[in-house]
Amino acid sequence: MAHHRSRLVAVGAIAVLALSACGTSDGGGEGGGSAAPPTMQALDTIGEGEGEVNILAWAGYAEDGSTDPAVDWVTPFEQKTGCQANVQVADTSDSMFEKMGTGDFDVVSASGDSSLRMIYAGKVAPVNTDLFTSYADVPDFQKMQAWNSVDGVAYGMPHGWGAQLMAYRSDVVTPAPTSWDVVFGADSPYSGKITDYDSPTDGIAAAAVYLMATQPDLGIENPYALDQDQFDAAVELLKSQQPHVGSYWASYTDAQKALENGSTVVGSTWQIIVNLAQADAAPVESVLPDEGATGWADTWMVDAKSPHPSCAYEWINWVTSPEVQAQVAEWFGEAPANTQACALTTEPTHCDTFHADDQAYFDKIWFWTTPQSACLDGRTDVKCVPYAEWGKAWSEVKNG
Amino acid sequence: MRGSRRARWTFGAMMALGLAFVYVPLVVIVINSFNASTVFAWPPKDLTTKWWVETAGNPSVRHAVLTSVEVAVVATAVALVLGTLLAFALARYRFFGLQAMSLLVVLPIALPGIVTALAFRTGFRTFLGLELSLWTVAIAHATFCVVIVHNNAVARLRRTGLAPEEASMDLGADGFTTFRLVTFPLLRGAMLAGALLAFGLSFDEIVVTLFTAPPGVTTLPIWIFQNLQRPNQAPTVNVVAAVLVLISVVPIYLSQRVAGESTAGGRI
Amino acid sequence: MTGVLERVEQPASARRRLSAALFRRPRVRLAGLLTLPATWLVLVYLSALLSLLVTAFFTVDEFTGAVVRELTLDNVREVLTTPAYVGAAVRTVAIAVTVTVLCVLLGFPMAFFMAKVAPARARTLLVALVVTPLWASYLVKVYAWQAMVQPETGLIAWALRPFGLSGPGFGVTATVLTLTYLWLPYMVLPVYAGLERMPDSLLDASGDLGARPARTVRSVVVPLIWPSIVAGSVFTFSLSLGDYITVQIVGGRTQMIGNIVYQTYTSNLPFAAAIALIPVAIMVVYLSLVRRTGALDTL
Repeated sequence: MAHHRSRLVAVGAIAVLALSACGTSDGGGEGGGSAAPPTMQALDTIGEGEGEVNILAWAGYAEDGSTDPAVDWVTPFEQKTGCQANVQVADTSDSMFEKMGTGDFDVVSASGDSSLRMIYAGKVAPVNTDLFTSYADVPDFQKMQAWNSVDGVAYGMPHGWGAQLMAYRSDVVTPAPTSWDVVFGADSPYSGKITDYDSPTDGIAAAAVYLMATQPDLGIENPYALDQDQFDAAVELLKSQQPHVGSYWASYTDAQKALENGSTVVGSTWQIIVNLAQADAAPVESVLPDEGATGWADTWMVDAKSPHPSCAYEWINWVTSPEVQAQVAEWFGEAPANTQACALTTEPTHCDTFHADDQAYFDKIWFWTTPQSACLDGRTDVKCVPYAEWGKAWSEVKNG
Repeated sequence: MRGSRRARWTFGAMMALGLAFVYVPLVVIVINSFNASTVFAWPPKDLTTKWWVETAGNPSVRHAVLTSVEVAVVATAVALVLGTLLAFALARYRFFGLQAMSLLVVLPIALPGIVTALAFRTGFRTFLGLELSLWTVAIAHATFCVVIVHNNAVARLRRTGLAPEEASMDLGADGFTTFRLVTFPLLRGAMLAGALLAFGLSFDEIVVTLFTAPPGVTTLPIWIFQNLQRPNQAPTVNVVAAVLVLISVVPIYLSQRVAGESTAGGRI
Repeated sequence: MTGVLERVEQPASARRRLSAALFRRPRVRLAGLLTLPATWLVLVYLSALLSLLVTAFFTVDEFTGAVVRELTLDNVREVLTTPAYVGAAVRTVAIAVTVTVLCVLLGFPMAFFMAKVAPARARTLLVALVVTPLWASYLVKVYAWQAMVQPETGLIAWALRPFGLSGPGFGVTATVLTLTYLWLPYMVLPVYAGLERMPDSLLDASGDLGARPARTVRSVVVPLIWPSIVAGSVFTFSLSLGDYITVQIVGGRTQMIGNIVYQTYTSNLPFAAAIALIPVAIMVVYLSLVRRTGALDTL
């Protein structure tokens, strides 16, 4: 019997080899090196709309009224441009990275920990910033940054930014916390009810940010540029935290539900989660702890194989216009990239609260970026741990 | 043993316990679809029918149901042809590789879903460079549906044996006439039962679908999955869930009436 | 086809001649039957499985995560030597075994009642009652269990509160409960079919010879329907082994093999493929053990 099967396997193996010999690598993450981004042309002019646009976005970035009938900037976009918007919400940067590059989507609201990878993998095209109607309204400190440009070529339009905050149940976590101690400290009274955002980049970097404050001896300068010793220390901290974690959240509604039903009471969050929980009358608050925080600076990028580039640019122009930026920023709870939006928010102090025009504050947040073996903090005497290792280490952490 | 009253009571109690275990969550689903609050908390404070009214007019649900039906129809059709052919081959012939073939046919459901799912994805994308589409989903579904049709057909072929067909041939019918008048009618019930189960399996499949579907293709399970991850969609999902629970009696009814299967769902 | 006499060919239509020709050539008939399904299973399925196997020995570009077709044993070595992954594999198998045992303990009495105790006319109804949940959506059932087990506001917590107890909350217990719930019908059905085929007279004989019911079950019934139980266990074990959605929804921070595959396939496909080989290996071993009992024929 055994040899019958092995013969069958052999036949299959030949079939596979034949397939792999002529199979082309697709754009979905299989193929392409990282020496330099592939050369591509940006769009010259925005032409006639193609009738639809496929949008891959973070939760709350492209609302069509289905979450809350009053929160809708997709429908007016469709009416104005004739581009029907198909929105898909992504949970993590990894899933965004995975889904781009095939032409399935036209635009993506990429965060810094996937944007550079997308550029180098040839998944996104350079952009023509002259076609962005609001580009001039974005403060310079957000333009041509490491996460949205390579060698002076722009790859996207800034959308907004914010810090990864700490959420807590104000009825349980008293006094109100000001430090990540309650999350990372070995003697946290909230053991079993702590929550972390389920992302390798953010998870490990958040631990590194905490270590920068609590163990200066490690010499961490940048939480995304960790040599092996620093990386091991961060992973060790996370492993010691793991038994106290109630859940690692990937879906923001799971995070919201867990805070509402009390299965988690403190941990990493987005402001939108806190807002939604408060809307359900749950006693949930957020704080930016003293040690500082990781954060995101998101960029609208265009897929390299986008079948609807004109509608894609139309969408970017729409979503970064002052009116829409004001709505998104308040709904999601972040600083709008376009500071013209600040005059239009329903809460007049929104931009002050989120420091939208405050470069000093912006510089204090450790924005997600992709770790590479060439250290991002400029050290040349050591090699840093590259992203592929971060992903594995994170799943090791979660498996205790 | 059947005479032992205590044994009978014990088994009866276990049966009742089992059925309670099976049905309490389903009842919770149905009740929860009338829960006025968007947040689940037991017991519900207020009941309302407004979610049912809202969901009835929801176009994305209808679209997702249609997509699921399309995939399931294609997958079932392919599985019906392949599974029946295979059943004849494996039940009526001895040949080199028979054992390997009968193992290969159960492998797609005997291996965990995530393995099958990742294998298809890797095969389609990394090795063949195919764009994912409705067809890649249907191909993947068809593959694990083959075994369902096959198992039902094989069981029937083994049970009926060769005697009816031999009698037909002895009476002068040729092979085709025998198939039309004897073999097929004997097999029809089992094929229907298999097709029904295959359809149900495809309709409900989530893991393989997630790995083989492109973004635009939203089957009902994917729709449910996505909407459970969006705020304030819980009531709509609850109604869809309740409908799915309630209409699950339809295939059971069909399999008993049309397919005439005493096990009410064919063989898994 | 043995035992069928060659019939004298009648002068007839082309169809009749074709039929007769096919009848004399079983190999041709077999080829006709087998070509299509065998091609499909080998070209579509087996080659997909093999591409997964091959990918496990590839590596990735450390920055873009693109698959690089450079053979290496590193992934497999890492999976086998990292305590966290081995731990996840052990935990997953333990959960799958527990679920299978619970399905047998709960499913066998149900099947026995249906096949041997309940009056004949009630059987069809009982079978329908057991099968119906199979047709309700998997996701719907998992979310129902989220509502059942969730702390404070869950149904179980509510039901236990008067007794001063709290519910299981999210975690391993909730995962095991939910998986048992999901796969129970896959155990009941084959066991019921096995019991239905078993003559009642065996039970009576055992009783007449003085065996108590428990003894009859242990010494007569279970050995006879063992292949059916094993057949059911293939489903309950395999379906539990590969699950990652249930544990994501009701498992709290519990991780199973499927979760690691799910989390790493986007950033490091070869590594995910190497992890996925664990359940494949376990199932191949399981199936080859199971095959000896003849259970695969009753699947």
